[in-house]
Amino acid sequence: MNPRLTLLTASRVLQQIRADHRTVALLLIVPCVLMGLLAWVFQDTPVFDQVGPALLGVFPFVVMFIVTSIATLRERTSGTLERLLAGPLGKADLMFGYAIAFGLVAIIQALVATAFAIYVCDLDVAGPVWVLVVIAVLDAVLGTALGLLASAFAHTEFQAVQFMPAFILPQFLLCGLLVARDRLPDVLSTISDFLPLSYAVDAMSAVASQVEPLGDVGPDLGIIAAWVVAALVLGALTLRRRTD
Amino acid sequence: MMNTAAIVIDDLLVRRGGVVVIPGLRVCVPAGQVVGLLGPSGSGKSTLMRAVVGVQKIAGGTVTVLGQVAGSPALRSRVGYVTQSPSVYADLTVRANVAYFAGLVGQGSDAVDKALAEVDLSAVADRKVERLSGGQRSRVSLAAALAGDPELLVLDEPTVGLDPVLRRDLWNLFHRLAGAGRSLLVSSHVMDEATRCDRLLLMRDGSLLSDSTPDELLARTGALDAEAAFLHLIDTAADTAKEVV
Repeated sequence: MNPRLTLLTASRVLQQIRADHRTVALLLIVPCVLMGLLAWVFQDTPVFDQVGPALLGVFPFVVMFIVTSIATLRERTSGTLERLLAGPLGKADLMFGYAIAFGLVAIIQALVATAFAIYVCDLDVAGPVWVLVVIAVLDAVLGTALGLLASAFAHTEFQAVQFMPAFILPQFLLCGLLVARDRLPDVLSTISDFLPLSYAVDAMSAVASQVEPLGDVGPDLGIIAAWVVAALVLGALTLRRRTD
Repeated sequence: MMNTAAIVIDDLLVRRGGVVVIPGLRVCVPAGQVVGLLGPSGSGKSTLMRAVVGVQKIAGGTVTVLGQVAGSPALRSRVGYVTQSPSVYADLTVRANVAYFAGLVGQGSDAVDKALAEVDLSAVADRKVERLSGGQRSRVSLAAALAGDPELLVLDEPTVGLDPVLRRDLWNLFHRLAGAGRSLLVSSHVMDEATRCDRLLLMRDGSLLSDSTPDELLARTGALDAEAAFLHLIDTAADTAKEVV
């Protein structure tokens, strides 16, 4: 890996995102609209305070997954991927370049969505807000990393879009938002122990309910970070310099 | 450098999807020249070029580029590759594209400006690629390779769809680069570009029909232009095949 080439690639991806004003607007506004809708649906009940923080982690995860898998698929179909791999750019440089770029976008997205949830929707969080933001950013980077990996298995845009329900919805069903993970059937509970989104939701729930959540959040973040690195490394391994 | 070969290919065998597309090809491309790779669409030109830049899986033989195995890490910043369809980012400006690809091989903004001027795109440098015409897009792709100042340029149909003046300018540029010691392998399916090359490779069905200078080719076949020479070679090859049967 070459840090200069990684950062050069991250800056190129950021230029692409920045040039697309509508995408930037969607990235920042959609999570706020959804949080607002959720707060409205559950007004005068404690539900919003319970699931709101978890969803602050789930939104960036889903959005970044989709955006990244499409972006890398475009890189493949436009021929730029082949051009890059014929040059000095390393596979890991490309993967981590994307992860850094979308991670930075995720920081802004998480700040905006969290601020909106707390100051506009009156989301009540027991723990420190900065922990909430850190978890949301890591969730977004997780979405990016899994999106990069998933795009390796997609040959068309149609397939890439289908990977969203295939990769994400099962995790969403099992992550503890609908039914607490310890009340799931044993097999499903065990499966949920291996899925990264479970730890994202666990961490968010800890911040929502505990004044000092770091003891619970730390290990969760560790597991998510391990998933991020594993997905990026696997994603890099699926890239082939030589193709048929 | 001038006397060595830029590319040496020995017994190259390429299969794609189980079908042999290059059945054992040998060729030596001299350094410091503009070498044309001509042949109809589907003759294996692009596959051969992909093998030279090291992105094509090969089933046998060797491809040596600038003295090293094609695709080896040391070659990646010394070889420039421009694919047939422009491989640049449509959502970035012309300059941002060229600057990114130049930056990857350690070149700065001077090289970017120079490359943009060489392909006559300075005037639209700040325009997004998606707003450009097809010919302009392929020149962005070319500029992205030129800015890296590679020792070997592998250009897959770089002049398709360009107006005659621009085409002439680009061929002049290729010869200037060759004069400065760079090596170029340029493919085309337009036979009238043959006379612009220092050396010509004629390709059909994955094999080389001819490897000579344009003058030698015309003298040997008695044809008036490259198109006629090409037809003559195909007919001769077909006659030989009949006699063997």
